[in-house]
Amino acid sequence: MANTASKPQEVLLTIPMYPDMELAAAKMASVLAELMDFDEGQVEEIQLAIIETCINAFEHSQSEDKKVIIEFIMKDDELEFKITDRGIGIASESRHDSGVLSHPDLYPEMRKRGWGLEIIRTLMDQVDIKTGANGTTVSVVKRKTT
Amino acid sequence: MLNKFDIQIRTEQEHAVIETAGYLNDALGEQLSEKARELIQEGYTQLVINLEKTTLINSIGISILIEIIEALDEREGTLNFCGLSATQERTFRMMAIAKYAGIFPDEEAAIANL
Repeated sequence: MANTASKPQEVLLTIPMYPDMELAAAKMASVLAELMDFDEGQVEEIQLAIIETCINAFEHSQSEDKKVIIEFIMKDDELEFKITDRGIGIASESRHDSGVLSHPDLYPEMRKRGWGLEIIRTLMDQVDIKTGANGTTVSVVKRKTT
Repeated sequence: MLNKFDIQIRTEQEHAVIETAGYLNDALGEQLSEKARELIQEGYTQLVINLEKTTLINSIGISILIEIIEALDEREGTLNFCGLSATQERTFRMMAIAKYAGIFPDEEAAIANL
């Protein structure tokens, strides 16, 4: 991208907590990441990470305004996105572990639910969670590979 | 509608191939699960799921794939995946799916290894 060398560019998006609206965030992320010359694989990783972050907010925030605010910050070699909800916050154990686990069923290693945060941490370079009684902001950074 | 998805099924004598297109979330996942269960009921216990046209898969979609693996295991069946992107394959391996189902680059290899 030509014009981000000195000053980060910001894009703000607000989406309602409505089925499939995480795709709107993923499409915006895809456009920005391609603009920044992330490679195809990294663009998909960013899309999946933002989808999982949005789904977590949709499913667990219990936000009264039913909105998610996404701030994209384009820097020279990295794309940061901050996803904020005005919900009830996340319990400490859910921030560190993988969240709610399903019954182990036939395969103890292959649990069904609670993978979102682990996927985000695996695919992204930096994940920071600030949470409290007035909501949660998940800040995620993806750096370009050279 | 943001998410346009589709499921195609092809059956042979010994196996069936399910091809999904679009965003594999809870909605497409439930449809996929229903189709897979119908095939299993019909006696198809050797299945291939071709994800080549599946643009994105979220964790809920993957959880439904795990349910299909479990349903097939009860019938001593086999499930192979093919057509995954590098990110999808990485996610599948992280979630231990690769231990219980095969992952192959293309449909031909997935069928040959049933």
